[in-house]
Amino acid sequence: MKYLCLVYLEQDKLHAVPDRECADCGAGFRQSGLLVAAEALQPVDTATTVRVRSGKVSITDGPFAETKEQLAGFYLIDAVDLNEALQVAAKIPPAREGSVEVRPVRELQP
Amino acid sequence: MTATDHISETVSAVYVSESRRVLATLIRLLGDFDAAEEALHDAFRAALEQWPREGIPANPRAWLVSTGRFKAIDAMRRRKRFDALDETGNGADLAVIDHAAWADEETVEDDRLRLIFTCCHPALAADAQVALTLREVCGLTTEEIGRAFLTPAPTLAQRIVRAKAKIRDARIPYQVPAPADLPERLDAVLRVIYLVFNEGYMASSGASLTRHDLSAEAIRLGRLLVELLPEPEGRGLLALMLLHESRRTARTSTSGELVLLDDQDRSLWDRALIAEGIQLVEQALASRRVGPYAIQAAIAAVHAEAPAASATDWTEIVGLYDALLRLDRSPVIELNRAVAVAMRDGPASGVELIDGILAGGNLRDYRLAHAARAELCRRLGRTAEARAAFRRALDLTQQEPERRFLERRLAELPA
Repeated sequence: MKYLCLVYLEQDKLHAVPDRECADCGAGFRQSGLLVAAEALQPVDTATTVRVRSGKVSITDGPFAETKEQLAGFYLIDAVDLNEALQVAAKIPPAREGSVEVRPVRELQP
Repeated sequence: MTATDHISETVSAVYVSESRRVLATLIRLLGDFDAAEEALHDAFRAALEQWPREGIPANPRAWLVSTGRFKAIDAMRRRKRFDALDETGNGADLAVIDHAAWADEETVEDDRLRLIFTCCHPALAADAQVALTLREVCGLTTEEIGRAFLTPAPTLAQRIVRAKAKIRDARIPYQVPAPADLPERLDAVLRVIYLVFNEGYMASSGASLTRHDLSAEAIRLGRLLVELLPEPEGRGLLALMLLHESRRTARTSTSGELVLLDDQDRSLWDRALIAEGIQLVEQALASRRVGPYAIQAAIAAVHAEAPAASATDWTEIVGLYDALLRLDRSPVIELNRAVAVAMRDGPASGVELIDGILAGGNLRDYRLAHAARAELCRRLGRTAEARAAFRRALDLTQQEPERRFLERRLAELPA
């Protein structure tokens, strides 16, 4: 089953963990066959939000809500169950600076 | 009494003694809480129909499990057939269930432990862990749990539904944790059991000081856990609960007022519970993996062994609090230690320690810190200070018998 591990960090901690360490962590997951995809993200002030209302596209700067922690990156993993997913999430280096939200992926019903 | 009455009584008795074990196994075999509950009810319905005709099976539990599983598979097949009218159904799930090993006795033994660990999984909200454990492991109805926790039944039902959905959708596994995770996961289970016990024993708010049913459920859970997983901390917690429980009758007066440990009629203490508690403490302490529950139980055991309050071995108790503080530097434990020191060395040294703890700031709004300080000041004849501290404790308490107790103490102070 797939789980998306969303990494949240405060603005001033975005670079608290060296890139090298995050890359190594991803490579380790890939080698164990756990990783589907992983990316780090640019800071939230580079974000643009798109909405479509009554067929009209609206574009605004930034995310919808101001929160202290921002989405800093993600790891999409394939784990047996939540216990394995949580063990993997605990190994993501920024977990010790911010937090990692583990969300099960929902299969779309065609 | 007719033969049918006799059978239905037997079925009721089997329900009480076996339904939770049957449910725990059905959850494993069917991989789903709701399907297992439905199967459990179908199995008991079948027992009521068939046992009067065919006699009571030699192993009622195995009969119920295989009947429940058969009924569930049957129901699933029927649903599949309906689905197949719309599109070609896929029988993969059924194949899995059909080949699920209908297990040997030893695996079956483990199922209730699996159920306990799943209900107390840390990925579930704390209040959901409690509700789910009482519902699934203890078999309480949502109405019963609601009454015990002063929470509306629909709120609890919703918590349970949400927790079950998370177990299913996030795939929380139905298993006893691996040895590496066991200590931490066991802590979560013990916390749930102790919370249930305390809710029954202390009732943090509301008019009734004890809600016996919850404490009894917690002790039942504790016994089950020790039987299935004989870990020292499980024994420690069971001992702690039994030793507290032994004083239940003595801790409230006939008019429902709170009676402090010092003033309790020790002849009312339940000696059988004390003996059992002490034996468990000794086993836990002998394990050399001594945890906080075992130490707290050891403290309760020292009280239990004292023939009179004045004969309490306070030196031993202070030593045990020191050991407890080494595991957990909690200000509440420091406060309890301060009271023990006051009993050993006199009230003045206790007040000094409590003032130090209050100055630390953590317990400034903790009613028992002010109540303890008030009591010690009273003994020292520092009446004005005692009065102020009792008033502060009164402001902070939310529990009716405790409020009456503090008011009484306040009124008894010399003018």
